[in-house]
Amino acid sequence: MNNTSTFQLDGTDVPFESGQTVMQAALAAGHYIPHLCYHPEFKPHGSCKLCTVKVGGRTAASCTMPAEAGLEIESDIEELNALRRTLVQMLFAEGNHFCPSCEKSGNCMLQALGYDLEVHTAGFRHMYPDRPLDASHPDILLDFNRCILCELCVRASSEVDGKNVFALAGRGITKHLIVNARSGLLNDTNIALTDKAMEVCPVGVILKKRVGFKQPIGERRYDKRPISAQALDDAPRAPSGAKHE
Amino acid sequence: MISDVDFHAAYLDSILDRYGHAATNLLQILREAQEHHSYIHPDAIDYLIAKLQVPRAKIEGVASFYSFLHLKPHGEYRVLFSDNITDRMLGSVELMQKMCQQLWIEPGKMSEDKLVSIGTTACTGMCDQGPAMLVNGRTITRLTHQRVQEIGQLIRNRTPLENWPADFFRVEDNIRRKGLLLGNTLAPGDALCAALVLGAQNIAEALKTSGLRGRGGAGYSTGLKWEACRNAPGAAKHVICNADEGEPGTFKDRVLLTSHADLVFEGMTLCALAVGAQHGYIYLRGEYQYLLKPLQAALQRRRDAKLLGKNILGHAGFDFDIVIHLGAGAYICGEETALIESMEGKRGVPRNRPPFPVTHGYLQQPTALNNVETFCQAALAIHMGAENYRAIGTPKSTGSKLISVSGDCPRPGIYEYPFGVTVREVLQDCGAVNTRAVQVSGPSGLCIAESEFNRRLGFEDIPTAGALMVFDDSRDMFEVARNFVHFFAHDSCGFCTPCRVGTSMLKQTMDKIAEGHGTKYDLSEMENLDRVLQTSSHCGLGRTACNPVLHTLKRFRPAYESRLKSLDFVPAFDLDGALARARQMTGRDDAGAHIKAEET
Repeated sequence: MNNTSTFQLDGTDVPFESGQTVMQAALAAGHYIPHLCYHPEFKPHGSCKLCTVKVGGRTAASCTMPAEAGLEIESDIEELNALRRTLVQMLFAEGNHFCPSCEKSGNCMLQALGYDLEVHTAGFRHMYPDRPLDASHPDILLDFNRCILCELCVRASSEVDGKNVFALAGRGITKHLIVNARSGLLNDTNIALTDKAMEVCPVGVILKKRVGFKQPIGERRYDKRPISAQALDDAPRAPSGAKHE
Repeated sequence: MISDVDFHAAYLDSILDRYGHAATNLLQILREAQEHHSYIHPDAIDYLIAKLQVPRAKIEGVASFYSFLHLKPHGEYRVLFSDNITDRMLGSVELMQKMCQQLWIEPGKMSEDKLVSIGTTACTGMCDQGPAMLVNGRTITRLTHQRVQEIGQLIRNRTPLENWPADFFRVEDNIRRKGLLLGNTLAPGDALCAALVLGAQNIAEALKTSGLRGRGGAGYSTGLKWEACRNAPGAAKHVICNADEGEPGTFKDRVLLTSHADLVFEGMTLCALAVGAQHGYIYLRGEYQYLLKPLQAALQRRRDAKLLGKNILGHAGFDFDIVIHLGAGAYICGEETALIESMEGKRGVPRNRPPFPVTHGYLQQPTALNNVETFCQAALAIHMGAENYRAIGTPKSTGSKLISVSGDCPRPGIYEYPFGVTVREVLQDCGAVNTRAVQVSGPSGLCIAESEFNRRLGFEDIPTAGALMVFDDSRDMFEVARNFVHFFAHDSCGFCTPCRVGTSMLKQTMDKIAEGHGTKYDLSEMENLDRVLQTSSHCGLGRTACNPVLHTLKRFRPAYESRLKSLDFVPAFDLDGALARARQMTGRDDAGAHIKAEET
């Protein structure tokens, strides 16, 4: 790597390898850009738009934007943080998120981002969609009310587990998560507790039964430190260790 | 008696054979499977899972993305009223109510006897002869009270669609003004002969010289695109014609495919020669299914004339053929990368760019993808010579443009002008009087008022994909914008947060204002939403979805303000309205069953 392979993020030089996206390079170099649908182990697809940054006056999702030498990128500015607040408000309004009674509270990325970005109000009229639970499986509960359609479980089940347990159906605001069974029920799929798809949900859709409150609320991951201080913990830091496409 | 599985296998096998058992043809397979059984039966899906090795969730995910595919029964007759603002202006809402009354059903629901369902669909491309509808996918134009009543009777009598009066299905071209394109006298093969004289390697360069730009709206240089595709490394290159004409108010491609299909094919073949492609595809919007057979016949004529197939016009190694992919009701598939996803048998979600289709298009191969009109113009430019072509139009917008005129004018139809024509000239030619506003290039385009009618159509001033909807002074521009906002919410693919949620929020707010609960706060909220959609949406749909509101707010603000409450904020929740259901259930409507405004 030669030393010209850097771009600027909020005024700081960030080195990158060819093939890396702006998000991948930023995280690897220890710089946080807020995100929800991005996960270091999967090919980024750029749907949540939380990671939107500004490059030369234009905006783009940093998780899918190829890093290029000399780019001058703005991320941690009020204009973009205001945008991110609105996007978080949209996700809250779109589903049914009752944090006080949610067993994922404290471990939920959406909630953590809400706190970190200082989302103080609802902002939008909530839609209260009708999304029945799927409790058919003896060990796993699906609470679709909290789905933010990030597709991480879809990607994990297909790319890592080789199973395609999850998929998206419908279009527009009626888009929703489905499971791979004629009955439409999780119990009729081949999901297993050990699947990667069980680990990746950033909110509280895919839940192991009977362990929900083993760890008390107040002592959970984002109860201790804000998400912006922790997201880097998950990011692959070794420049060549990451499996990126 | 044959088993259920055998029943579905019987028709699915022949479909699968025709599509080479390829999962990339899933959309075409599902569409044809539905033709056999009116909806996609779960047993049919079981069979497809086994034969295509595609999981059920993916098949259901694809099928549920497209408006015209169904996983549940929806009645023997499925009636869909075209719901563009131009259909509404011609009385479609009342006609639909009448039909629902006549057949005793509610909109969106199937009748008890499973005979019929009635709903709405986005613009069907018949704005010059509306109101229009689709019955089981077939286009019916020029609806009147009498025609709708006759249709109701035919449905009641279970008359097969083939036996309905042919006049119902008649689609006129309505060509009102001809130019370079519509007046062309080229014989099939003329442009190709000119191209062969020019030499394959010089075609893209000639188009660059001609100044030709894409007619689908974005206006990218056709020559540059073909050159990039020619230079891109790849084993199998593709030419795709975007005939997914979904922008409400646009119907020029319908006319080109009806009366100038040969020129479209000629342009595609020319493109194949220029980029070195052997495979061509037309992505035809599902609403134009009635054009499928005539187009296939035209393709066969060209094969017979050695204008398609192996060694075209006797030139060894010049091999090219064209197949038609049919869409299934998804406006977003007009976006080029969504179109390619759809052609690959997937949900029509726009891809991340780069890479662009010229290097990584259909099946990840270099792909030249252009609009129907662009292919025609390319053929003309090559035939008449780049310099001659360049002389027409304006410096940055060369050649001619087809304009689809609809709305409040006595002569709706297709008008061809050299680029640079003013909106006022178009209005004069179509006979429009007392015009209040013109919507150029569809809902995602620009809405202008009388003071701007001297503006010119072209990339220098108002770029347009070709729609021009006219509204006279009897029209309420708020309702025009609200119709467009509903359209965007309906046709958002749902991939990215801002567009999926934002278009629905916008719709909610416009409906709130329409119901008389709007405030100034709501107007400023819509402007905020616009910023979010413009800066963070994944594709052009989201980025332009607020245009109808912003443009009409700027020019016709009183249409909004007259509906507002004078307060700064009013909740959308209506306490008395919330009791409506309880009143209906108890059969009460006395004063005690209402909450008076003072008490709320």
